[in-house]
Amino acid sequence: MVDDRTWEGLTNALLLADVGPSTTEALIGGVRHRVGTEGVDDVDGVLGLLKEEILDRLGGADRSLAVGGQPSIWLFVGVNGVGKTTTIGKLGWREAGAGRSVVFAAGDTFRAAAADQLAVWAERSGATMVRGAEGADPGSVVFDAVEHAAARGADLVLADTAGRVHTRGNLMDELAKVRRVAGKGAGTVTETLLVIDATTGQNGLLQAREFAAAADVTGIVLTKLDGSARGGIVVAVQDVLGIPVKLVGVGEGPEDLVGFDPADFVDALFSVDVPA
Amino acid sequence: MFEGLSSRFEGILRKVRGRGRLGPEDVEEFLSEIRVALLEADVHLDVVGTLLDRIRDRAVGAEVSGALNPGQIVVKIVLEELTRVLGGETFRPAYAPRPPTVVLLAGLQGSGKTTTAAKLARWYKAQGRNPMLIGADLVRPAAVEQLRTLGDRINVPVFSESTDPVSVARSGLAEAGRLGRDVVICDTAGRLAIDEDLMAEVAEISGTLQPHHTFLVVDAMTGQDAVATAEAFHARLGLDALVVTKLDGDARGGAALSITEVVGRPIAFASTGETLDDFEPFHPDRLAGRILGMGDVETLIEKAEENFAAEEAEAAAARMLAGTFTLDDFLEQLRALRKMGSISSVMGMVPGMASQVRDLDEAVDERRIDRIEGIINSMTPAERLDPDVIDGSRRARIAAGSGTQVGEINNLVKQFREMRKMMKQMGGRGPGRRKAGRDRKKKGRGGRVTAAGPAPIDKKKGLSLPGLGDLSGDGGPSPGGLELPGTWPSG
Repeated sequence: MVDDRTWEGLTNALLLADVGPSTTEALIGGVRHRVGTEGVDDVDGVLGLLKEEILDRLGGADRSLAVGGQPSIWLFVGVNGVGKTTTIGKLGWREAGAGRSVVFAAGDTFRAAAADQLAVWAERSGATMVRGAEGADPGSVVFDAVEHAAARGADLVLADTAGRVHTRGNLMDELAKVRRVAGKGAGTVTETLLVIDATTGQNGLLQAREFAAAADVTGIVLTKLDGSARGGIVVAVQDVLGIPVKLVGVGEGPEDLVGFDPADFVDALFSVDVPA
Repeated sequence: MFEGLSSRFEGILRKVRGRGRLGPEDVEEFLSEIRVALLEADVHLDVVGTLLDRIRDRAVGAEVSGALNPGQIVVKIVLEELTRVLGGETFRPAYAPRPPTVVLLAGLQGSGKTTTAAKLARWYKAQGRNPMLIGADLVRPAAVEQLRTLGDRINVPVFSESTDPVSVARSGLAEAGRLGRDVVICDTAGRLAIDEDLMAEVAEISGTLQPHHTFLVVDAMTGQDAVATAEAFHARLGLDALVVTKLDGDARGGAALSITEVVGRPIAFASTGETLDDFEPFHPDRLAGRILGMGDVETLIEKAEENFAAEEAEAAAARMLAGTFTLDDFLEQLRALRKMGSISSVMGMVPGMASQVRDLDEAVDERRIDRIEGIINSMTPAERLDPDVIDGSRRARIAAGSGTQVGEINNLVKQFREMRKMMKQMGGRGPGRRKAGRDRKKKGRGGRVTAAGPAPIDKKKGLSLPGLGDLSGDGGPSPGGLELPGTWPSG
């Protein structure tokens, strides 16, 4: 039997997964309409329709990581503490394992010891790393890394940037400059990946909007999905801004970075314990 | 999409305008908008439920007074309830009778523990303490190097070794004793609340350190998961307070409020920027306003409070005209003006408003008000009611009590007598006062202190700030185009 409690339960599940009130209302509204027209009258059927609605919004987006430059440059951006450096480490390990030659650009010249952190990952994954002094211009560090990679015929540059809160206009301008400078030399920026922490709430949509405006974001990396948070804000990010999730972080080991599987993601949204 | 609560209320306000009392249906309409606003602000679903219940209890049947429209009444109730959750218990840093005082930091990955450790050390240093940092995050590559770099910057020693986190904590504590440091702050690796092994490890660190304060470091941008995480850390460690980080962005911070409500522990510090001095003790009222939607709500509430002040002023004016104006009333008016002073400092943060606010500050000479307030406060109630009883020996006592000169007291009493006499004469010509009131309304607003004392407060406008737009009466909460940016005012 589908009754008010069913709808309340589904609504609460979405809200607790950080899907957010407006997206939740739109999703539930759409399913209510379909339940009426399609004559669905059991809870499992309703849940199936709801999952379909969400999958529709996540769409059949291209989730591959584009290459094509000499070298290709993948730039990582996001607010502080979301896991940019760790993501680069894991991805470098994966790409090097797949036979690509990888260069890390230690473009976070602000956070103390950020380059040291990336250096540990470079050693783990067999990538080379180009770094500047602390406080150096991040654009020139990335540019140097690209030149270094081009000179050696490397395939891929993974460029780190300092975490920044998206409301800081000067830091967002700096990021836009890094993005421009990165593509000025021999290489081509083929991906700009926004790293979002799965624990992020409704602010995630504002982050995505600002970073997309500043750096032309091509995809999302959703990190820390191995915890109890579900990362539901990316539904709104894809729905509103059309930016697909491309990678998912599920742990601290080098192998804990996987492709985004929409069906798994949607199933997990409803695994939150819904209070009675 | 992140519209402020007041603009959400506009549609409802049109319907309830003119009602003397809020009925249950009116309140439900407000509540459904408040629910969405709280969820947009990342307040936990369960906490939204309990907050709405409390707000409902207070709002149903609330009388709609002359000064406040129904929307303002509801917003005021909501803000008070949020502030009550946030300010219910405040954190007071205590120091161990036998140093060192030990502080343990814990939290999820990326919440900002290492930076917070350094900021906290800097804060303790500013309190005159001699802190030491322990780097017990041996998981994240270069976390200890990060802490060492930050420690160097603030000239605070950092202890770590490549053993295991529990040993590092134990040795660090011994090192602090050897160095005679009186505060020890221990940074730990980020961990997920559902990671049993790592949660057991941090519990063991806590057992070794026996910390006096355990802080959970929480990212202001966190969503619904914050409560479950905090409960898990609280169960293992027994939290004393929260440190909320990244409040310099535009996240509303509802998660932090939710933790406070569910775990019952206060927010001790707010981290508001990337440099080490962007760190301050927490102000509950600021976060409450922020959760409800940027500055316009704060403005609305300030306006509402100005209207309250206007009602008080009106009562004082009535006594004035009857010739029973007392020094207490006089002081009340001064205090109303003083409140404006603090408002002016807030408004000064609004781009384009600073110059207008400066005029106001010049008008309200703080030091002069201080002295007058001191004098009146040093009087007995009888003297305030009837200053005529103040003789030479009373004058000397008041001067000694307020740290002023006898001459100043003479001046004040003389001014007050003249004012009262003038008021009494004016009271006899009632209509004149009303005409004056209308003229003032046309000319503009803003209290002015003249040589003779504060100008009477305009009943309609209250102590409004120039250029703020009209929020009073039944005009609805249109903020007059004023929208505070989503900044976190510091200081």
